[in-house]
This record gives sequence, C-alpha cells and structure tokens, in this order.
Amino acid sequence: MGIIIKSAEEIAVMRQAGRIVAKVLKELGSQVRPGMKTKELDIIAEKETEILGAIPSFKGYRGYPASVCVSVNDEIVHGIPGERVLNEGDIVSIDFGVIYNDFQGDAAITVGVGQVSPEARKLIESTEGALKAGIGAAHAGGRLGDISAAIQEYAESRGYSVVREYTGHGIGRDMHEDPQIPNFGPPGQGPVLKKGMTIALEPMVNIGDWRTRLEDDNWTVRTSDGSLSAHFENTIAITDTGAEVLTVV
Amino acid sequence: MPKKETIEVEGVVVEPLPNAMFRVELSNGHKVLAHISGKIRLHYIRILTGDRVLVELSPYDLSRGRITYRFK
Repeated sequence: MGIIIKSAEEIAVMRQAGRIVAKVLKELGSQVRPGMKTKELDIIAEKETEILGAIPSFKGYRGYPASVCVSVNDEIVHGIPGERVLNEGDIVSIDFGVIYNDFQGDAAITVGVGQVSPEARKLIESTEGALKAGIGAAHAGGRLGDISAAIQEYAESRGYSVVREYTGHGIGRDMHEDPQIPNFGPPGQGPVLKKGMTIALEPMVNIGDWRTRLEDDNWTVRTSDGSLSAHFENTIAITDTGAEVLTVV
Repeated sequence: MPKKETIEVEGVVVEPLPNAMFRVELSNGHKVLAHISGKIRLHYIRILTGDRVLVELSPYDLSRGRITYRFK
C-alpha cells in the first residue's frame, strides 16, 4: 500500500543488487547459442549469482520453480527453463532478479540465437528502444502515466502492440511493490513521481495482437496469435533530473 | 518478472453476505460481489457495513472483486 520512497543508503544497496543482476544477464546473453537447453541458462545464473554473493529471487516466488524466466519466440514472459533446445533464429527473453542485503534487483533482456530474421531483429531493437523511451520520460515531478505513454507511443508508432495484462512494478525490499506500471495509457495521469522511488519498467512488445494466453503450466504467457514477442526490463531510481538505471554492469 | 495486472478501486461496503463475502458499492456507482483477501482474514480485520475498502478487480470479470484493504 503506497509507494515506498527509498533513502540514498537504500538506493546504494539497490545499485549493488542491480549491478549483480546486470552482470549475470550479460553473461547469460553471451552464452546463448543454438543447441543449448534453456535449463542451462538457469544453471549458469545460479552459479554466477552465488559467486557474486546474492540470492536468486524468482525461485520459490509464488511457487515459481526456477531462477530465471526464459521465454522463447511467441512466449512473452514467465517461460520455465527446461529441456527445450534453442534453435538458430529463435529470440529469447531472459528475465532475472536477485536479493542482495535484503533488496531486490530485477531486469530482462531479449537476444537472438545465432542469426535472426530482420523482422525479429527490428522487434528486439524496438522493444529496447521502448524501454529507453520509458526511462527517458521518468523524472521527479512527472507522472507515472508519462512513462506508460512514452513506451506505448514508441512501440505502436513502429507498428507493434504492447502487452496490457502484465505490468512493470515498484521494487525494493519486495520484488513487487506499488505502483503497477502499465506499458500503455495516457500521459499526465497517475501518481506523481518522487525522488527515491524505485521502479522496474518492462515493456513486453508483440509483432501481432497484444492479447495473451496462459499455458497449462500456469506460468508461461504466450501471444494469443502466436506472433513474436520481445521483453526488456530495467530497475530504475527516480532522481530530481531524471532516472538512474540501477541494473547496469 | 512482470506483475499480473489488477485494477484497484475504492468502495463502500453496503451489505455483508455469508462466507465472508460482501456487496461493495464502488466509487463509480457499480456494485460488486467481493471476498476478502487472505491477509485480512488472517489478521481478523472486521469489515462492517459502511466501511471504506479497497477492492481489487480482475479485468476479465468486473462484477467480482477481492477486498485488499480496509481504510481506518
């Protein structure tokens, strides 16, 4: 209830948590190759996180069975790593979070496996661009809706749709705090952003329709029309002049 | 990890029903059937007619909700 403002000391810890998330994700992204099983990414993530002195936050979260979410092609988010083998041309969203000194970091990237089609490449670049547009719209005194609108505008002006049933979120001692951050909606509305708010922005962008379908495993979310979907996420802190990305190497 | 979207609205309890269900009139005038969240049940927070509450609605069925908070 209510958006929790973090002190400079708390943000310093979240910066460390974020750096660990970014380091692990960078490693995971560089390891992706054709023929690899998605569960191998989970194993690498757990090993790297232990070396860096943090705890993976997804495992056990509402019963989620792994440390990373690996969502391939038309899978949007929450794909469970397993025996699935990555093929040349697939696109893979890797979502990962840690707990470090009681604080959370959460981020996601989408990478291509080997050579991907130009349309897949453009989707990945545009989704990362949408995240950057959202970050660019965030500053103390602005509104939450400004972020949502910037993401939506960036994605839709390039002919894509943004997923509506899953949102970004406040983050701190808990992975999911208030507020929810939809990736669509009008600017100038919603809570006023204040210095010290820490939020995770995560556009999920589809080539086709924004509607989703939940798999029988009750986790994996796919596009309802089977179109490709990409996903990028950063944890950011609101500052007086803009926003600081906390999940950077 | 993204969060499943929910809609939160304020309302006033107009009628207590059996099984910890309540009829809640929302600020937009709609009446919904709401059950209480596990946390409220766990802490034995009593909800009475006339209480202002926060109701979480599912975007798929706007006639039912879940009471997540009772305002003091």
